[in-house]
Amino acid sequence: MNATSTQAGGEPIPTRFKLHDCEIVMRRKGAGKTLVFLHGASGGSAWLPFMETLSRSYDLIVPEHPGYGASDDPDWLERIEDLAYFYLDFLKALDLSEVHLMGLSLGGWIAAELAIRDTSRLASLTLVDAAGNFIEGAESVDIFLLTPEERFRATYYDQDLALSEMERLMTPENADTAIKNNFTTAKLVWQPRAYNPAMLKWLKRIELPTLVIWGANDRAFGPEYADSYQALIPGAEKVVIPACGHVPNVEKPTEFIAAVDDFIARVPT
Amino acid sequence: MKFYNFHLMPYADVDLDAIDKNGTAWISFSNSNFDPIKGAALYNRYLDEMAYSDQLGFDGVIVNEHHQTAYGLMPVPAVLAGALSRTVKNGKIGVLGRALPLVNNPLTIAEEYAILDNLTEGRLIAGFVRGIGAEYHSMGINPAHSKDRFNEAHDLIIRAWTEPGPFEFVGKHYHFKYVNPWPLPYQQPHPPIWVPSQGSSDTVEWAARMKYTYCQTLSPIKSVAKVFDGYRAAAEKSGYTASPDQLAWSMSMFIAETDAKARAMAKPHIEALVNQLLSIPLQMLLPPGYTSPESLKKIAASGVVGHHKTIDDLIEEGVVIIGSPETAREKLEEFSTLAGFGSILVKTQFGTMPTAMARDNIAAIAREILPKFQGRDG
Repeated sequence: MNATSTQAGGEPIPTRFKLHDCEIVMRRKGAGKTLVFLHGASGGSAWLPFMETLSRSYDLIVPEHPGYGASDDPDWLERIEDLAYFYLDFLKALDLSEVHLMGLSLGGWIAAELAIRDTSRLASLTLVDAAGNFIEGAESVDIFLLTPEERFRATYYDQDLALSEMERLMTPENADTAIKNNFTTAKLVWQPRAYNPAMLKWLKRIELPTLVIWGANDRAFGPEYADSYQALIPGAEKVVIPACGHVPNVEKPTEFIAAVDDFIARVPT
Repeated sequence: MKFYNFHLMPYADVDLDAIDKNGTAWISFSNSNFDPIKGAALYNRYLDEMAYSDQLGFDGVIVNEHHQTAYGLMPVPAVLAGALSRTVKNGKIGVLGRALPLVNNPLTIAEEYAILDNLTEGRLIAGFVRGIGAEYHSMGINPAHSKDRFNEAHDLIIRAWTEPGPFEFVGKHYHFKYVNPWPLPYQQPHPPIWVPSQGSSDTVEWAARMKYTYCQTLSPIKSVAKVFDGYRAAAEKSGYTASPDQLAWSMSMFIAETDAKARAMAKPHIEALVNQLLSIPLQMLLPPGYTSPESLKKIAASGVVGHHKTIDDLIEEGVVIIGSPETAREKLEEFSTLAGFGSILVKTQFGTMPTAMARDNIAAIAREILPKFQGRDG
């Protein structure tokens, strides 16, 4: 059981954690199996409704990556692999085991890089619309050439949701964080654009129950990417959520959480 | 004051409506809009314009570097500079250019420049630039590494020119077991180095410290003066007084018999340059990491990017000099007193301007402007 202080909306009070000369922010709430969520390129500064729901069933840990939001931006941070090693040591420092590791988009790429290196503290892996892969001809918008509005529109299938999310998130208070997150993302993914050919050839090393969750209408990484991840990771399962863009956890939280619950319940302990 | 004919070599036959429809002439503007028959004619025409300005007494000619754009057709400027080395007989040949961070092997730049300096028997001006942000999209170079790569490539090239080889170079971005380029530059210890920028204080102070000539591009004369003041102050801080020779103003000039005629003639071409060929959305111009977060916020808030300008705005702000010979002389007098530059990089052709008009302009500048200002200090 993990005792937690919470704020309005159920958000746990963020704590700071220092590792490799880098202080990061983390939010932790709930009890049960340990679920670590690695956020995507837009950051992990907010306690979102899907996190609140997950924290009712799991001991949910949401770290904010080095280089993002209120976490430090260490000199050593140059590529996604650096974050994979950082989080391996993070799991060790918190002495976590039997961890259900879940990563969204850029966080999914980190999770995959981590899992090809060492699965000893992991019970399962869930990749949600994960970056890191490349498929010739599949749809993959260049987020760095989009205006902020185009970026929101490309993220969601439901365009009304895209606009309401833009209104909620594009505030003057969030401006500095958005720039910081975008700078770090560009540094990590610019070239080759959001994928690592050296990782793809080793995904076959992941001997772990793995679930691939994808929005059927993801424009950042089309559904072919879900097929590819499933094919590259031995025994991986796949759930594709219809009428859903790049972030099913926000756009289709009910279907998303149902898929996660069903999968984790079946992972042998 | 020294006068250089500065060419961008734009794709002057471009369909301006097609640029408007695409929103920019950079990166996403399809090269299906490029016709090699027209391109071939443009290259030869532009090289002839450069040689013509040399014959009429300009102090030099300058080529430029940009990638994947109709704005300028010189992604590999040394090729054009090489062609010019046989036709420009008297003046200097400058490359502004070469965008150091965009290459994975900066030794090729040390080699290119050394060849050009040999070909011209020491008439090369070697530009070192970062390239504009759009280049980081089109060349696949991480903008986060731009400054680092620039500094490292600069150090490597200078060492390659000044330290006997072979030696080993180990940097963060560049690693060479053997650095030993043949040939070496003709000028000793190396060609003069010019650094153009839009006024970033880091670059200005660095150029002053290194005693490199600094060029300010496409800016209102008041900002040019402010930036040049910054250079002079940085020079004083480094223990010397900057000479006007170290400061170059890059601008466009067009002269006709009267102000009204000059304006009417230049209007479509200068506005095509500024509003179509130079139109770049913010996210293209400033990819994340190319500037500091603070500069990005400042530039975004200023609203200068994507702002439509008329010829009257450009004349008013002193970005260009366009008018009768008397007006042009008065303005240049006023601006050089204000900003204190010793070199002026004149775009004699800009935008869609056809060759007859460009050549008349070169002749008019040579006849009406050069005699009064050449040979002065600043």
